[in-house]
Amino acid sequence: MTAIPDVVVIGGGAIGLSIAWRSAVAGLRVTVVDDHHPAQASWAAAGMIAPVSEAHHGEENLIDLNLLSARRYPGWIEELEEASGRVTGYTPCGTLVVALDGDDKEQLDHLHGWQAELGLPVERLRGRECRELEPSLAPMVRAGLFMEGDHQIDNRKLVDALEAACIRREVDFINGSVASLTVQGERVTGAGLASGDSIACDKVVLAAGCWSGGIDGVPPSVTDGVRPVKGQLLYLTGRPGQPPLAQRNVRTMDVYVVARGDGRSVVGATVEELGFDTTVTAGGVHSLLRDAIRVLPDVAEQVLTECVAGLRPGSRDNRPLLGPGEQDGLIVATGHYRNGILLTPATGDLIAELLVTGATPAPLKPFAPTRFADAGVSV
Amino acid sequence: MDDPFIIAGVTFSSRLIMGTGGAPSLDALERAVVASGAELATVALRRVSPAARGSVLDVLERTGCRLLPNTAGCFTARDAVTTAQLAREAFGTDWIKLEVIADERTLLPEAVELLDAAETLVDDGFAVLAYTNDDPVLALRLEAAGCAAVMPLGSPIGSGMGILNPFNLALIVDSLSVPVILDAGVGTASDAAIAMELGCDAVLAASAVTRARESATMAEAVRKAVEAGRLARRAGRIPRRLYAEPSTTFEDLPDLKPVPHPD
Repeated sequence: MTAIPDVVVIGGGAIGLSIAWRSAVAGLRVTVVDDHHPAQASWAAAGMIAPVSEAHHGEENLIDLNLLSARRYPGWIEELEEASGRVTGYTPCGTLVVALDGDDKEQLDHLHGWQAELGLPVERLRGRECRELEPSLAPMVRAGLFMEGDHQIDNRKLVDALEAACIRREVDFINGSVASLTVQGERVTGAGLASGDSIACDKVVLAAGCWSGGIDGVPPSVTDGVRPVKGQLLYLTGRPGQPPLAQRNVRTMDVYVVARGDGRSVVGATVEELGFDTTVTAGGVHSLLRDAIRVLPDVAEQVLTECVAGLRPGSRDNRPLLGPGEQDGLIVATGHYRNGILLTPATGDLIAELLVTGATPAPLKPFAPTRFADAGVSV
Repeated sequence: MDDPFIIAGVTFSSRLIMGTGGAPSLDALERAVVASGAELATVALRRVSPAARGSVLDVLERTGCRLLPNTAGCFTARDAVTTAQLAREAFGTDWIKLEVIADERTLLPEAVELLDAAETLVDDGFAVLAYTNDDPVLALRLEAAGCAAVMPLGSPIGSGMGILNPFNLALIVDSLSVPVILDAGVGTASDAAIAMELGCDAVLAASAVTRARESATMAEAVRKAVEAGRLARRAGRIPRRLYAEPSTTFEDLPDLKPVPHPD
């Protein structure tokens, strides 16, 4: 038996691994438990780092954390690539959101007004200006918003790099799933594995995405607060000699296309409330392709290489659950919904800081996992 | 106000029905449902898993709102009937908001399939609330088929264009005896008030609330508009005239003695 770890991280997606890596860098002994579920949100993501284009009405208090994480990205990735010896495909490319008809244009201007009020960096472009930036855009593009700070990363390479960086920092990995938290009195003291083994530790970090609520002993804030939200997305690859679909991330009101530097592109994503269903449907693929071809006609010439359905961990207010749970010894880091890849650096850094100091860093205060417990709705 | 609203034998005190699509988050939806005072809310069966925890169904349970499953996303009568039967099995309710859509761009009702599905579902024991065009003839046919309520659109779903043909809506209200519920097109509170003034028994609001910047505030506004419009309908509006008519006339003035002037 090795020594008891300081921290057991449940979940080896981008969030769990970033916490493990930053905690190990800070000198903690860390074990990560993960079962490599094929529908993990980190795997089935597009890797957009989009603090502005993903900002929605009613999520104003999430924007600060999103911007904080986006600002940390360049330096953080440099450190990660150095520490892991891997590349991540981080590309500061910007994002172009386009309107395809008059209705879209109205909606875009509505959105732009709100973004401008919040002081977000967005540039309003005419249709022709959009097509000068991205000549592959369909001629019907009527207007656009350019978010020069919304970038991309190859989310799968990010996960690989984090894993490599963890291994170099002597993080232990257990391939399996956690069935229960070990609770003694009011304190979480470890985790029980589905295999029957158990691990004792000082702190448990719950970062199992939408599966977090299915672990015995987790508090009601997590079982009631986090749910799976299915997203289907497609991988396309250009034929030899074909130019990339776009230099920037391209979005419409219905679809996004993230063209990577290596000729592949990701088209996403549906938003479906169907529990743990992970089927890829004909209708889902059809609507993604139809909407993508409408904005970038060259999509039709691409090779369709992969269709995947992932499960985002959605929360009741679309904000992540970050910080101490109800029981001592439990730290929650899930519910990142559409912003998991974006929030990976901030989550890793700030949860590691919480583990080391025992104090909740200020930027995490609005995201207390317990916030739903006292937010009873009066009827 | 003692003015109950009855559908299929069930009495409601609120005349606002909430649609749940398009909400930015479950929390925002919950605040909007509470602010709307709605006692009935509709959920697309195709877009929710009855078994999933922490979904829109939990929101309705917490707010005490009755669930009205709908067949959004169905394009044929057969599809809509199957979906309604699944809804009955999953949610234990024989109420169904029947939607049969012609195409995704307009989301207009497919009239022929709609009537076919309505007849089948009524025969199967469902309380059918039928989403339909603002066509008085079709509305009558749906009533004759045995629908529990008829739900004409004001304008296409999500368009926010309000009531485009108030004359047709007035004809529908006048000729039907089952409840008439304005289903689609509400863009802001005044649209709901106009629907009620035209004599609709209730209003359904979805995008107008869920996609507003502050959905709970808009929910409250629409609730008040529905109440105001209902009161105005009951009070009876004055006739429209071309020329002015003073609110104070000079015939038959009361014989008021002038107040003595103090010297």
